[in-house]
Amino acid sequence: MTTMGHSEGGFAAGRPQRLVAFEQRFAAERRRKRLWTLLQFGLFSIALAGSIVVSDFNLNGLMNGLPKAWNYIVGTLPSLSLETLGADLADWYWGLRFWLRLLVETILMGFVGTVLGGLVALLLCFPASRNLVENTGIYFAARRSLEFLRTVPELVFALIFVFAFGLGPFAGVLAIAVHTAGSLGKLFAEVNENVDPRPIEGVRAAGGNWPMLMRLGVVPQALPNYASYLLLRFEINVRGASALGIVGAGGIGQELYVAIRQFEYTDISAIMLLLIATTSIIDITCETIRHRLIGQDMQAGH
Amino acid sequence: MNTITYGEMARLRRSNPELFSTPLITRVRTWALWLGFVGTLAYGLWWVDANPMRIVNGLNKLGLLVSLMIPPHPGDGFWDYVHAMLETLGMAFLGTIIAAVLAVPLGFLGAKNVMPNWLFHFGLRRIYDGFRGIDGLVWALIFVSAVGLGPFAGVLAIAVGDLMIFAKLFAEAIENVETKQVEGVRAAGGNDTHVMRLGVFPQVLPVMMSHVLYFFESNVRSATILGIVGAGGIGLQLSDRMRINNWQEAAFIILMILVTVAIIDNISRRIRARLIDAAPQA
Repeated sequence: MTTMGHSEGGFAAGRPQRLVAFEQRFAAERRRKRLWTLLQFGLFSIALAGSIVVSDFNLNGLMNGLPKAWNYIVGTLPSLSLETLGADLADWYWGLRFWLRLLVETILMGFVGTVLGGLVALLLCFPASRNLVENTGIYFAARRSLEFLRTVPELVFALIFVFAFGLGPFAGVLAIAVHTAGSLGKLFAEVNENVDPRPIEGVRAAGGNWPMLMRLGVVPQALPNYASYLLLRFEINVRGASALGIVGAGGIGQELYVAIRQFEYTDISAIMLLLIATTSIIDITCETIRHRLIGQDMQAGH
Repeated sequence: MNTITYGEMARLRRSNPELFSTPLITRVRTWALWLGFVGTLAYGLWWVDANPMRIVNGLNKLGLLVSLMIPPHPGDGFWDYVHAMLETLGMAFLGTIIAAVLAVPLGFLGAKNVMPNWLFHFGLRRIYDGFRGIDGLVWALIFVSAVGLGPFAGVLAIAVGDLMIFAKLFAEAIENVETKQVEGVRAAGGNDTHVMRLGVFPQVLPVMMSHVLYFFESNVRSATILGIVGAGGIGLQLSDRMRINNWQEAAFIILMILVTVAIIDNISRRIRARLIDAAPQA
């Protein structure tokens, strides 16, 4: 490519024509590419303009809104002074015992929801794996039901369950479990679709029936990945559980909601910092365990 | 014929005890882990008050709700719902774009190969990680309080909620660039700006675009519920219909959400597949 046009002698007669053809092709290609870029840019601009119109987004609002939002955030920070630091902190975290109890509730909601959802996912993931079922009807039904569980937002399930099961963390746990079943079921099924078929054939050759095939041929291979996804989901669910309280489904979200609604500014920052700390600790712990679980696989893979 | 005698067995057992039985400490640890797991689960179930009576009663009520939902019917609010849905899409799109644009400089700041200072890098990454701990709905609540009801609060909530995650992902993408192109630009006499523009940017752009599209998908999902706390979009309609026990219309809105999410996922997946094909690797 770089030597084009620079070499001397030899085939001087054929070159100009080839060069002309090349340049024509190049120009055509470039025109086409430019047209595409222009088209994409146009579509993007239309989408952007449309979004700005429908979401009431205007510079005026932004100019008024951003300082307001900033003042709000600054307003939530407590006034701490170095001399009376202990007393100030105690004042800031006046409700610590109560909040810690709600944090425990939030974590427990995430945990129970993840485990229950994981169990359902474990049952549904085998019929949802293309390589493990011959009946396409069963496969299709399993896939669609997982999709349904996953696509309806968790909070919508929470709203419905609060109606059915009453206020409190139980509705939240169910909402988390249902959503988790959908998303983990899909991920588990993808793991199943990537297992080595030879152990399955081995179990089949030894006369195993379908549940045995799954238990002895698939699960041992997929277990580390299941566990890793389960931990990842637990992290996500603790975060999600902290928001469910807003619709009355238990956890610390309820307290945060009250604090925001009643403009108890310093409470807001206190609870948010607690939440950030908790989720960070859980994230780091789960990440360490996950790396250990799939560490061997990763080493083998790379 | 090779037969193994009891004497040999005993000798093997002495020399390789781990082949014959799991060491006590491993067994105890496994049991303790399982016990802890089951114990926590039982405690959690007790805490949330999951007794059979309650489950049966709730399921009955749930069955009633589902029967009230069938058939889903839009009532006379169909065009309101369509408008609310467009508002949701607009919020998700605008929020994602704002977050992505603001995250580019943050991503460069957080990349190890741009900012080699270990302490700075570590601290910044922890900040990026920490902000992830706040759910989008909580941001929405805060912005509704700060700037008032409406989709504008939703846009800000999505933008702020995603900003730090984008920053982290972008930083990782920048850290994973091929050094060959960078060296090439430098060898041709480019300064630092040229290196960034011509060596780094073309490599990370497809990866960034792919992340942005993926987050747009997920933001459409989360934008559908932001309305529940007053941040605009279809969620407001949904929670209103539920509050007045109009379950047919609520079911219709849920179906609308499902269809919209499916369409957006499909389009975005296609574009992402193309982008990844176009990218040299990653």
